[in-house]
Amino acid sequence: MKIVVCVKQVPATESKLTISSEGADIDRSGLSFIVNPYDEFAVEEALQIKERLGTGEVTILSLRPHSAQKPEEALRTCLAMGADKAILLNDPAFEGGDGFTTATVLAAAFRRLSFDLLLLGKQAVDDDGGAVGIQVAELLGIPHVAVVNKLEIHAEARTAVAHRQIEGGIEVVETPLPALLTCQKGLNEPRYPSLPGIMKAKQKPLEIWNRETIGLAPETIGAAGAKLRVVRLEPPPPRPAGRIIPGEAATAVKELVRLLREEAKLI
Amino acid sequence: MANPILVFCEQRDGRLKRVGLEAVGEACRLGGAAGRPVIAVVIGSSVAPLASEIASHGASRVLVAEDAGRRYYSSETYTALLTEAAMRLQPVAIFLGATAMGKDLAPKLAARLKTFLAQDCVALEMEADGSILATRPIYGGKLRAVVKATTPVCQVVTLRPNVFSAHEPKPSPDAPVERLTITAGAGRPMAVVREVQEAGGGKKELTEAAIIVSGGRGLKGPENFKLIEELAAALGAAVGASRAAVDAGWKPHSYQVGLTGKTVSPQLYIACGISGAIQHQAGMSSARTIVAINTNPNAPIFKLATYGIVGDLFEVVPLLTEEVKKLKAGL
Repeated sequence: MKIVVCVKQVPATESKLTISSEGADIDRSGLSFIVNPYDEFAVEEALQIKERLGTGEVTILSLRPHSAQKPEEALRTCLAMGADKAILLNDPAFEGGDGFTTATVLAAAFRRLSFDLLLLGKQAVDDDGGAVGIQVAELLGIPHVAVVNKLEIHAEARTAVAHRQIEGGIEVVETPLPALLTCQKGLNEPRYPSLPGIMKAKQKPLEIWNRETIGLAPETIGAAGAKLRVVRLEPPPPRPAGRIIPGEAATAVKELVRLLREEAKLI
Repeated sequence: MANPILVFCEQRDGRLKRVGLEAVGEACRLGGAAGRPVIAVVIGSSVAPLASEIASHGASRVLVAEDAGRRYYSSETYTALLTEAAMRLQPVAIFLGATAMGKDLAPKLAARLKTFLAQDCVALEMEADGSILATRPIYGGKLRAVVKATTPVCQVVTLRPNVFSAHEPKPSPDAPVERLTITAGAGRPMAVVREVQEAGGGKKELTEAAIIVSGGRGLKGPENFKLIEELAAALGAAVGASRAAVDAGWKPHSYQVGLTGKTVSPQLYIACGISGAIQHQAGMSSARTIVAINTNPNAPIFKLATYGIVGDLFEVVPLLTEEVKKLKAGL
């Protein structure tokens, strides 16, 4: 089974973010970056499928979202976890786009690879769009199942059965392969790269592809192809100052209930 | 006439999701000045009776795509139906709820139409030419992005539940109801929902709840979640959990609020024994009113809280449950 996993490098989740002077992006200087947490579930699942079947290949793909980021590091982390090879999509022409142009680039890259299964995280925790994977599947004309927290692969029948989290329950979805799945927490416990894994990763192939490699016209990608423009970034609206309700527990609780009823009018 | 706004009104088992009606209300507000009709689409196996309910919340027309084979959601079929509606009606925008279904359907639809997509929006404005300015939380709510389409055609937008206002229902007997059909199946390979497994126990869904009571590490063990559940029952609230409580195995992942869990926007969020790490804040900072109960006065949750009680949750929570019960009983 050939599995391609797409990972994104995102700012570490505890980062303090500032808005850049142009106002429509974050300031990346001094930030540390990690593999998007949901993408780790995708990498782990790919490795487990390969281990279970005893055969196959796991390729990791990443797109450099911004010239200030080094997704090579994210790719090496995934190779150290056990993936076989990595591809970096690297071209200034890819920058400045939106989710749709990202999906366009990824779909074009996938078309140059043979695969049975594409795995991504359910969303990247930077843009929080949760759209790119689904759009890649649509552009490739293959089915998708999003937000998967349990997966069975039937290699012989070339189908997969996935559990997808919905409000108040799960949908059990069956799909023919090839298919694209986006991974949710609960699917597995991602492994940490081992020291031998880290050593081996240095020898594993890391190819670099640009716009010409994947054969896309400049007007379809980057800012030129984007359907969306960021007008500005802004901090979330400040929350009105809160207050600590003083007193013994019984007094404080009585006052809290009064405030919730009379001031906030909630109960 | 100005191009309409199309609103997908999600239903499961013949019941409309509230967020669809909220989307109709927001579409009426945005489209009102330009006289844009608000046209709703409802898809399912037995959904015709829902048309009047949707119309009563402000839709000027309702398209019904009813088929006995549509008991379950299908991203492929739903995309084909909404694409058909979009081709026919040339809407300036298409609104969906930012639910499991809406967030699955919207990207596929936008990719098929090759148009703008803004997911999980918390504020919307519309310019005279129909361009939408969509505000959406990013980086786990640490920032917000205001985004705009390069072309104001079929802008696909999902709206976060509990943020926008539905209109009060009033009878609207004149709103036309039409059938929406697609002729040929595209013959594409499809993922098919075989079964829906309910969580059971009448569990209230976090993302739709008006009130949420959440428990964290401070509960010290799974057995103590009953304190949270009792308070939730008294308030008619849903139960949530912090990542620490989920990672400890005290509650399944479907309860988790925060960065690798659910994002919620209730009217009232009561955090019990939760310190309020940035990863937790990512899931709940847009709650309207936040109550924090924690022994540590320096816990970050108190920076967010509207009302805080510094105290032992094992003492405070049962007292709160009692007070709420008394209030509800009219004592």
